[in-house]
Amino acid sequence: MAPKKKLGLIINPIAGLGGRVGLKGTDGEAIIKRAVELGATAISSLRALETLQTLANAKDEFELVTYPHEMGKNVAKKCDLDPVVIGSIARGKTTATDTKNAARDMANLRVDLILFAGGDGTARDICEAIGVKVPALGIPAGVKMHSAVFAVSPRKAGELARSFLHGEAPLREAEVMDIDEDAFRRNRVSARLYGYLRVPYEASLVQPMKSGSLSTMDEKSSQEIIAEYIAERMDDEYYYILGPGTTIKAIADKLGIKKTLLGVDVVKRRRIVAMDLNEEQLLRLIENKKAKIVVSPIGGQGFIFGRGNQQISPQVIRRIGIDNVVIVATENKLHSIGTGRPLLVDTGDDEVDRLLSGYRRVITGYNEEVVVKVTA
Amino acid sequence: MKDKDVTNYHAVRWREPIIYELERKGRRGFMVPTVEAEVKARAGDVVSSIPKKMRRKAPPELPQLSEPEVVRHFIHLSQQTFGVDSGINVGVGTCTMKYNPKINEALARSPRITELHPLQDEETVQGILEIMYKLQGWLCEISGMDKFSFQPRGGAHAVFANACIIRAYHNLNGELDDRDEIITTVVSHPCNAAAPAAAGFKIVTLYPNGETGCPDIEAVKAAVSKHTAGMMITDPYDTGIFDSNITEYIKIVHEAGGLVAIDQANANCILGRVKIGDLGADLCHFNLHKSFSTPHGSCGPGGAPIGVKEELAKFLPVPTVEFDGTKYYLDYDKTHSIGKVAEFHGVVPNVVRAYAWIMTMGAQGLKETSEVAVMNNNYLLKKLLEIRGVSLPWGKHHPFRMQDVRLSLEKQKEETGIGIDEVNRRIVDFGVQRCFTSHEPWIIPEPFTPEPSETASKQDLDRFAGIFRQISTEAYTDPETLKKAPHNCAISKVDLTPSSDPKKWAMTWRAYLKKHR
Repeated sequence: MAPKKKLGLIINPIAGLGGRVGLKGTDGEAIIKRAVELGATAISSLRALETLQTLANAKDEFELVTYPHEMGKNVAKKCDLDPVVIGSIARGKTTATDTKNAARDMANLRVDLILFAGGDGTARDICEAIGVKVPALGIPAGVKMHSAVFAVSPRKAGELARSFLHGEAPLREAEVMDIDEDAFRRNRVSARLYGYLRVPYEASLVQPMKSGSLSTMDEKSSQEIIAEYIAERMDDEYYYILGPGTTIKAIADKLGIKKTLLGVDVVKRRRIVAMDLNEEQLLRLIENKKAKIVVSPIGGQGFIFGRGNQQISPQVIRRIGIDNVVIVATENKLHSIGTGRPLLVDTGDDEVDRLLSGYRRVITGYNEEVVVKVTA
Repeated sequence: MKDKDVTNYHAVRWREPIIYELERKGRRGFMVPTVEAEVKARAGDVVSSIPKKMRRKAPPELPQLSEPEVVRHFIHLSQQTFGVDSGINVGVGTCTMKYNPKINEALARSPRITELHPLQDEETVQGILEIMYKLQGWLCEISGMDKFSFQPRGGAHAVFANACIIRAYHNLNGELDDRDEIITTVVSHPCNAAAPAAAGFKIVTLYPNGETGCPDIEAVKAAVSKHTAGMMITDPYDTGIFDSNITEYIKIVHEAGGLVAIDQANANCILGRVKIGDLGADLCHFNLHKSFSTPHGSCGPGGAPIGVKEELAKFLPVPTVEFDGTKYYLDYDKTHSIGKVAEFHGVVPNVVRAYAWIMTMGAQGLKETSEVAVMNNNYLLKKLLEIRGVSLPWGKHHPFRMQDVRLSLEKQKEETGIGIDEVNRRIVDFGVQRCFTSHEPWIIPEPFTPEPSETASKQDLDRFAGIFRQISTEAYTDPETLKKAPHNCAISKVDLTPSSDPKKWAMTWRAYLKKHR
């Protein structure tokens, strides 16, 4: 018999505390204190409990590895699971460092998948600790969940984890996003892309391995095909502003050049001109020049502009011209956003948003495009 | 476990090995007698005329078995199959698994058909040419097109042929360099994207509006341009929705200078009701093995005639069957023909079956076929929607459907963990055919697509819905039984993972030996 799969569980006990009491996230000690004062309860534990319950009847199929007390053990015990408990924490006083330590410890133990209950902040901590080394999946339990690393419900997280352990759910790299909480509390959304986690995804969106390779083409191959198409058609006259993300990075890989994963870089004549530019630098660089913008929507959410790529500001888009905006996305990513759901723009400038709205083409493969509705 | 369904079905189970595994070296079906000296002398050297490089150095590695062993093997396999003639087949939507009357089979198997040769002189095959010519005429009448070719063997092949005609049309007009885009919809059969892509076109796909299940007219307007070569979509969709914007789409594409080809592989709901040619489409195709009651060949002998308007007739594959008032003949004289898309004239026995079917049904019968197919489907739809966990996407806009319907088990999956995969493994325990899920991509979660066609009786539909209800109850009360299904079938759970791994899949015994032994 094959060795039992190892499933890691990390609960961020303070995640989600601020939501019910209207605090928009729990980053910062003062906020946590405030949340508890306002009567917040441990949402994340309840959420994780729901996930574990869906896994409980399959408990012979895996070994659960978790952290002490409120970071996992308590909930596991409630489900009659007999977890391997590692690490140590100060009860009732856990911080981001504990989340990171737990993720690293589990990576060292070579767990097959880490389930973590939390929000965007927790996802960032996990991402910082393990990056794409170990597959991970978020149990949605935070206030802010802009990242594409969460299952749609705690229950789904359990099912997905189980499919993954059975070898039935493939992996993709999904965005870890977070917004500046201070700005958010002042009603300004300013999202950043922090990195990627490798998450299992629902194979039911594609036909379960029925007819062979073409139907189960993985995300990476799909990205390479898009990259090939874009790279082949690059016009030496133009500057190409390449947005953040793995889909866009694949284009740079195809060209054999280095690109920042999370930043905005500029390419001309298939060479890097400048890396990780801000709005001002972009405006200066493209002044009186012909340029195109190549961007990809955020998986799961569908923002083309205004989340994670604010450097490409309304002024930059205006200067370059709407017709020179090239949108790329794998079909898989489009389906993760949802059929019939529009892609979104939120540049911060109503007029530019309006210009970008309507039906736009998205390049999804070699000689393949999809017409998608874009709304502000 | 005791099933409420009373048939108490149990499949034959043989655990039959692959024929190569049954082999015993030295066994033979029969021994060829040694050639007598006189025969040998008279025949002379019959081998030397075969070119040297074509001669085998070693005999082919055929499995060595006796004749009864071979017969037994294939009988065992046939006992483990399930088809239209074995039980209820209302779950396999998009395919139109209707019962094919045996009289049509008898005609197609008559030596007067089977002994024909495609290279026979026209004078000696007037009968079959007449059948082809007349069937062509009837298909024109049904579709509103002006001319048909029987060459394509299946739906995707037909769509490819139509894409080639669109290409030839723009080429002749000197516009092919500019017009390189085919517009399709994601709810069309995927060959409407794949086949024109194979013909060299760029594919622009439209997604359905989340409410209506059809693309917005605005999306079509946004998709057309001076690069539009045409639109290739399926209508009716196999979601069971007839895209009633079709005349608008056709107008928009025509105004942009493109042609419109409609995939009517499954036309079982519109016979005598909708003539796609009259609505303005330039090309279409039917699958004889769907709407016109010829057997499904499983990648074998299907039949998918393509139909075009008069202006495009000169591009059809050659030869076409013509009539000069006194005799039927084959016309190879088409200046702009796309050439052959297959050898000879199509699968002629299927032409005979479809001809016989239409003859026995008559025009009124065809109309009634569609009426009953649509009625059956909506009866079943209503019964299925009463079952917990079943939902109808786009149901608000389209509460009734055409000949089939794409439903979703998303709710049941969420609530019980039992999705369509598990249901399909269970439903075969009752001796009924599994459900078709969906073409790719799955834009509806946990999809299934029933299509009763006109064949199913009310009793069949009631029984099928009853089985579905029973499985739903199991999902909510005893999901573990479901997860272990099937219990009564020839084989149980099959590991499908090797089929998507090029290092493991094996289409031949030789490949199997290489990869697995």
